[in-house]
Amino acid sequence: MTYLLILPILIPMLTGVVSLVFWTRIRTERTLSLIGVSALLGVAVALFLEVWNGGDAQILTMQMGDWPAPFGITFAADLFSAIMVLLTGTIGLMTTIYSTVNIDRQRVAHGYYPLVNFLLMGICGAFLTGDMFNLYVWFEVLLISSFVLLGLGVEADQLQGTLKYVVINLVSSTIFLSGLGILYGVAGTLNMADAAVQLAEVAQTRPGLVTTLAMIFLVAFAIKAAMFPLFFWMPASYHTPPVSISALFAGLLTKVGVYSLIRIFTLIFVHDAAYTHRTVLLWMAGLTMVIGVFGAMSQMEMRRILAFHSVSQVGYMVLGLALAMSGAEIVPLALAGTIIYIIHHSVVKSNLFLISGVVRWLRGSAYLKKTGGLITTRPYLSVLFFIAAMSLAGLPPLSGFWAKLTLVQAGLSIGHSWIVAVALFTGVWTMYSMTKIWSYVFWNKPKGETSPNFEKPIDYSFFELSVHIAPILLLVVATVLLGLFAEPVIAVALTAANQLLEPSIYIKAVMP
Amino acid sequence: MEFLLAIVIGVLYASGLYLMMQQSIVKLVIGLGLLGHGAHLLIFTIGRVNRDVAPIIPADSKYLTGAFADPLPQALILTAIVIGFGVLAFTLVLIRETNRAAPAITIAQHEQDSGDVSRT
Repeated sequence: MTYLLILPILIPMLTGVVSLVFWTRIRTERTLSLIGVSALLGVAVALFLEVWNGGDAQILTMQMGDWPAPFGITFAADLFSAIMVLLTGTIGLMTTIYSTVNIDRQRVAHGYYPLVNFLLMGICGAFLTGDMFNLYVWFEVLLISSFVLLGLGVEADQLQGTLKYVVINLVSSTIFLSGLGILYGVAGTLNMADAAVQLAEVAQTRPGLVTTLAMIFLVAFAIKAAMFPLFFWMPASYHTPPVSISALFAGLLTKVGVYSLIRIFTLIFVHDAAYTHRTVLLWMAGLTMVIGVFGAMSQMEMRRILAFHSVSQVGYMVLGLALAMSGAEIVPLALAGTIIYIIHHSVVKSNLFLISGVVRWLRGSAYLKKTGGLITTRPYLSVLFFIAAMSLAGLPPLSGFWAKLTLVQAGLSIGHSWIVAVALFTGVWTMYSMTKIWSYVFWNKPKGETSPNFEKPIDYSFFELSVHIAPILLLVVATVLLGLFAEPVIAVALTAANQLLEPSIYIKAVMP
Repeated sequence: MEFLLAIVIGVLYASGLYLMMQQSIVKLVIGLGLLGHGAHLLIFTIGRVNRDVAPIIPADSKYLTGAFADPLPQALILTAIVIGFGVLAFTLVLIRETNRAAPAITIAQHEQDSGDVSRT
């Protein structure tokens, strides 16, 4: 029994609760949150090292109240979970640093910091739980926090975005709940490891039933992950709240959906990979990539472009999951590609959102046509954007290149050349969108009508500017380092993928 | 009993989805509520409807014998009801606030407002 497993949930919860006590004391809340999220990152690093040093078959488990699985609620951390918690800590800390200057006093006074901490608690809980119903509960915890965070500030377009987000997520939760009911009826258990064992038996006699169940969960999680054809809510809502909230959502929230998909489609629903993985997931991944990137082309607002790209990038992540089980034999390299992609995308996409916030702050607007000329006035910001954007487009030697390379290699190794072609085609158009932002916002001289506070930006101090830039700089350094030291990253991802694709390790760790 | 409940669940899902496809936001929320109730009843029914003894281990035994009623579905539904109630209450307040900030009766009207990219 290790308490390291529960700390990533306890720390944000305690920070959130203590922040509630200091309601409206803005400075105290900020300090508390910074300490809390730093502690979360520390614990996440410790958890990651613990799991990583344990070797290939190491999975930490903890049974709540000492009830043995499958009767109690299990928490389990394999390497993949540990990586996700580590990402949560990193992105959480970066956006919290950014939020100290980006979030106005009004929003802090209405509970920004407690909500962010409860959101982080929900995300960590979803990554660490080993029980399907518990996963539902963590989903609700993070959803309710995200509802309020999106709507915080009650501006008209923000509320309109929130309404769509709330409704689509409630539908998704209901579908998830229906799936849980059927899972309990069919397998008689809600523990993920036990469900894997039980469903394998059921699938021998009634494979259609298990596949139907898999599709119900697929719809529920695909909505959260914003996959085609269920992505429309994301571009409608992600550009409305303040930037540090957008960045947190873009970096982490859709990843929870992708994480759940990977968890159930490597552990529980593996009986009919020819249909679930090679047909459904592969097609959805391909269409998500293409539709997302074309959606981005028609947009002229920086954050809307980025939100559409998030849709497209989710396609890449699911592509790896689909490819891993599409061939004659299992391909761990494909799933490793997915894991690298998740790491890369969290770092880069949050960063691009943070940069869009600085652009908006300096230029008074994030509409491409109302900005311009930042290369002459803010060369350092331009360089930072350029690196992050090129990483997203997949240029070597940055992190995005390795993520795409791994996926392409895996796809070619099992002869799925058409989906590899789609992935590369999408990469070209990602490049196009990034170049569009680059030329409008940074390179070209401003033309046409600009925002009233264009030339004379809002008064800011050097301190404020450096707090805005610091997290951006750190994340750019991260994407460069992930690219330069790709070998250890790929090694970690491969180990995690091997663990995921060998469900017996997980089942044995949870139910010895 | 199961047959009857299955029909009720079907009707709840169908009417919930039907209401959600209407344009009005108020109908949308009612539809969400019905859909939620359908899901709760589904768990209830699928956990085997029976009137067997409560799952309490007799004093002179170490484990349960014979048929007994499964308490887990009730626990699940209770959790789901509490969560659903809270979220639905939040949605209602959200709709009221949205209506105050940008008056609209249908979702499509909101779409027109926030979908206009030329607006700052």
